[in-house]
Amino acid sequence: MSVGLVIVSHSAKIAEGVCELAAQMAADVRLVPAGGTDAGGGAARIGTSFEKVADAITKAGQGDGVVILTDLGSAVMTAEMALEFLDEDERATVRLASAALVEGAVAAAVQAQAGGSIEEVLRAAEEAVVSIRPEALEPFVSRSAAAPGATRAPAAEGPSASGSWVLPNDMGLHARPAAVLARGLADLDAEVTLNGIDGKSVMLLMSLGLGKGKTVSAQAVGPDAEAAIELIGAAVEDGFGELNQDGQH
Amino acid sequence: MALDAGWAQEWLRTAARAVAENRMQLMELDRAIGDADHGENMDRGFAAVVAKLDAGPAAATPAEVLKTAAMTLMSTVGGASGPLYGTALLRAATSLGDAAEAQPDAVVAMLSAARDGIVARGKAESGDKTMIDAWTPAVEAAATAASAGAAAGAVLAAAANAAQAGAVATDPLVARKGRASYLGERSAGHRDPGAVSTALILAAAAEAAGEPG
Repeated sequence: MSVGLVIVSHSAKIAEGVCELAAQMAADVRLVPAGGTDAGGGAARIGTSFEKVADAITKAGQGDGVVILTDLGSAVMTAEMALEFLDEDERATVRLASAALVEGAVAAAVQAQAGGSIEEVLRAAEEAVVSIRPEALEPFVSRSAAAPGATRAPAAEGPSASGSWVLPNDMGLHARPAAVLARGLADLDAEVTLNGIDGKSVMLLMSLGLGKGKTVSAQAVGPDAEAAIELIGAAVEDGFGELNQDGQH
Repeated sequence: MALDAGWAQEWLRTAARAVAENRMQLMELDRAIGDADHGENMDRGFAAVVAKLDAGPAAATPAEVLKTAAMTLMSTVGGASGPLYGTALLRAATSLGDAAEAQPDAVVAMLSAARDGIVARGKAESGDKTMIDAWTPAVEAAATAASAGAAAGAVLAAAANAAQAGAVATDPLVARKGRASYLGERSAGHRDPGAVSTALILAAAAEAAGEPG
């Protein structure tokens, strides 16, 4: 089992949409939306509901812990209230993340899918920052800080390996393959740089925006360097499983 | 009159009427510096509170009534005022304990606990152009009245008058908390809707005690 996520938004559509997006990369993680308020009956309204959030925490929990992500101000207040109403034992298994909702939810879901502890999932959420120009983040966000799964100290030295490949699939390095790569690399004892960014960060990989025909260059340092390069090479050459059966790209 | 469970019910019913009557005003104020939903949210929340009171068994203490109202507001208001007023009334209920009626000192303690709850929940300070700018003068005026020997109803009236003055005094302030803070300097020149609804709710408490401010 894994840590579950609760997505609190003023809008039911946003909460459901974020769950839908994160589920693409974390099929086994319990993602529970708590968006809008249905008070007064009828269609969901803009706002947040204590009752919905409290129910969602119970649904997402199931004993493995819960990380809550929220959107604007009063969603945070509603979530805090819900936490205060939990009994002490349950409260100890729930965390409220200070995170960007979409980026944080995706990073947290990937980390939960990989079996991360509640603290690791929380950290993944809070450290996920994405930009269309990752290099612009450089002064503010360390590469490893933005990497879900970068919880152990990176290997500073050891054998090194490198490789470069051309993306063969139509969609390129989009969300799902980015998650596959980051997740695979997170388990390896090697520091991996992919086109200048941390290969273990699903958010940074996605932010590269590499489409079909673009080149992926990777360098790895550490005991598992060779394995890391093999993993990337195999995944890219396979088009992340998205190539047509007849080999037509 | 004694500030008992009957008073607490009357307070909330009076507040619901006041909020309904001022629904458009609250929405207009919120449209100027927020998301225009304060009037609608508060009206919906307090209507739900009244429905809950109508349906529920008679409460024995004012604290029971306030707790029911708090839980209902938290799940029905939707905007920031849900958790804020919900917390305020919950803390007020806790402060009253199982007393059958509130004495003047208990009224001061109740208002103070409610204000502290809102501060803890919303992390706003005096001068941030929020409902705290109505609550804090209300608590201070209540304490002054109680120490001068005022009866419980008169303590509420003092609080209500001070809250109203506090709401008016938010006009020139620049918002530093909540949705209005996104507007920066442009939030000056408008009255804070949360401070206005606070004044309405405290006026309802005084009116229910037979002491319109």
